[in-house]
Amino acid sequence: MTGADIGWWGVPLAILGGAIRVSTPFLFVSLGECLTERSGRINLGLEGTLVFGAMSGYAVAYETNSAWLGVLAAAIAGSMFGLFHGWICKLPRVNDIAIGIALMLFGMGLAFFFGKPYIQPVAPDLPAFEFGAWSSLPQMQAALKVNVLFLVGIVLAIAMAWMFRATRLGLTIRVVGDSTDSARALGINPDLVRLLATGAGGALAGVAGAYLSLYYPGSWNEGISSGQGLMAVALVIFARWNPINCFWAALMFGGAGALGPALQSVGVSQGYYLFYAAPYVLTLVVLVATSSGRGLLASAPGSLSITK
Amino acid sequence: MKTPTRRQFLKTTSLVAGAAALGSALPFSAARAAGLTIGFIYVGPKDDYGYNQAHAEGAAAVKAMEGVTVVEEENVAETVDVQKSMESMINFDGASLLFPTSFGYFDPHILALAPKYPDVRFEHCGGLWSADKHPKNTGSYFGYIGMGQFLNGIAAGHATKSKKIGFVAAKPIPQVLLNINSFLLGARTVDPSITCQVIFTGEWSLAVKEAEATNALADQGVDVVTCHVDGPKVVMETAAGRGMYLCGYHANQSPLAPDKYLTGAEWNWANVYTGMVKTVQSGGTIPNFVRGGLAEGFIKMSPLGPAVSDAARKQFTETHDAIMKGNYAVINGPMKDNKGNVIATAGQSFVETDVALESMDYLVDGVIGSTS
Repeated sequence: MTGADIGWWGVPLAILGGAIRVSTPFLFVSLGECLTERSGRINLGLEGTLVFGAMSGYAVAYETNSAWLGVLAAAIAGSMFGLFHGWICKLPRVNDIAIGIALMLFGMGLAFFFGKPYIQPVAPDLPAFEFGAWSSLPQMQAALKVNVLFLVGIVLAIAMAWMFRATRLGLTIRVVGDSTDSARALGINPDLVRLLATGAGGALAGVAGAYLSLYYPGSWNEGISSGQGLMAVALVIFARWNPINCFWAALMFGGAGALGPALQSVGVSQGYYLFYAAPYVLTLVVLVATSSGRGLLASAPGSLSITK
Repeated sequence: MKTPTRRQFLKTTSLVAGAAALGSALPFSAARAAGLTIGFIYVGPKDDYGYNQAHAEGAAAVKAMEGVTVVEEENVAETVDVQKSMESMINFDGASLLFPTSFGYFDPHILALAPKYPDVRFEHCGGLWSADKHPKNTGSYFGYIGMGQFLNGIAAGHATKSKKIGFVAAKPIPQVLLNINSFLLGARTVDPSITCQVIFTGEWSLAVKEAEATNALADQGVDVVTCHVDGPKVVMETAAGRGMYLCGYHANQSPLAPDKYLTGAEWNWANVYTGMVKTVQSGGTIPNFVRGGLAEGFIKMSPLGPAVSDAARKQFTETHDAIMKGNYAVINGPMKDNKGNVIATAGQSFVETDVALESMDYLVDGVIGSTS
């Protein structure tokens, strides 16, 4: 590589690159959770689903030597977790939050147990588009190396927003999410809709895990997730249950997370623990700035157990 | 009076029950009969291509010895969790020799348990044991792996074209700082204009942040990188993906990127642990303060990779031989830290065995970064 000295320009570049690289898992988990919560159910177990997706995706990619089969396996494994959650929550008087936490621990434990033999081997990576090829700067080329899943995530966010707004399916999910009784009156089976929405949400969380283990950082180990699955749940509330907002929120989290290492690399090294807290500080600031006493949770699905 | 912990309660009640009815049928008493039981505790997974794997390989060598039972526990946090793990190993498995391997286990966790179990030996990796402050049944062992990073630095100094080398570090503790300083000073024996950029991630294992740190180094034109985190796999793979040369740490990572891997500083705990266990088996006592370097077989270097030039190979081998003779000093005065404070006056030097190096709190001139 050529050692072009870009100094302080490295910071915005790193934030851009970090936003693209780091945001994808946030995006997928939050889209999945958005779908689930829109149907009136909370799945807090997505962290476990994500970790299990990361493990199963990596394992299958290694065994079959195909990263895409790994992503598929992660999606299937994730949907299994989602369906399991949805199935248990169908039973009378079951608290979806408690089941979510149980499934989170279960998913992580299971992933650690089955993942032992896959910590050492090197699995194939997912392909990426080189959108930075026009630039002679290696830094720019690296920042604009965009993984396919990131683009899939953007398309998915737009498609999901359109689905909620303009399709019968979206309307059905929204009705179920807003009022179980109205849904029943309309002849919709709310339990079935929620089961499928939780299953689909789990599949997306599994794909998020596969992105972590198959692209960035690109290896499976027990510390692969630093709470992306949990943060994404908060991100959905922050994004006001809007898929497009989920995308922006995920980008912001990714970019803010890149701030700490980037600032250290240009020599701003005092107080790096503070910079590492940037994503959380940012969340707090935006939450405070966008809430008002009256509008708070106005867009929340009516049947969600946190709003009931 | 202190409230008894659950384990103490269980221990007492099970002892009573055992005496009353079960006799020697209880599993813990059976374990006790099998000679020397040794406990190993790791802070992360024991196959992490790094710190914990190095220790686990040592434990595996101990396991192969005669008359020894090894119990292991991984993913034990540096919190009260490790006290529970240690008490469980002592009370239920009958362990009389413990190797809690992570730096943060010593103070306050080992120090809290050692007075309570005077017959158990606590051997801690990396802690600074001192005779006047700490219990006699605790001990500290470590290797002069800074020397390995110095040799890494020589290979890096020859390989760098941008004259910028990089270091992804976890926390600014003395061992890490010594490694960073040694890496730069090794490179500066090749070219005094080389600088070393350090990025602290703040934790021993944070995959995404380590990858971000490596990318940030690449963006600044750094072309050789090494690290001091628990599992170097992420740093190595990310750096190789960005076309940087690699110097390994903890274990041999050359299979991850054979053509980019220069060399690496590796632990050789198998040698150390089997030696200590033999001492105990023959009725001896392990010294409280055990240190060793390349010469004593505590550390070793990965074989030089294909990217290492002949000039680098020559200097590497010469320095390696000089270190093997002992009393090698990396820090030779006059030298300043990167804030301008004098750390060594003219003629003053710190040889590898100097305990002053184990309380290092500075980064030498030429390292870009800060300890806080």
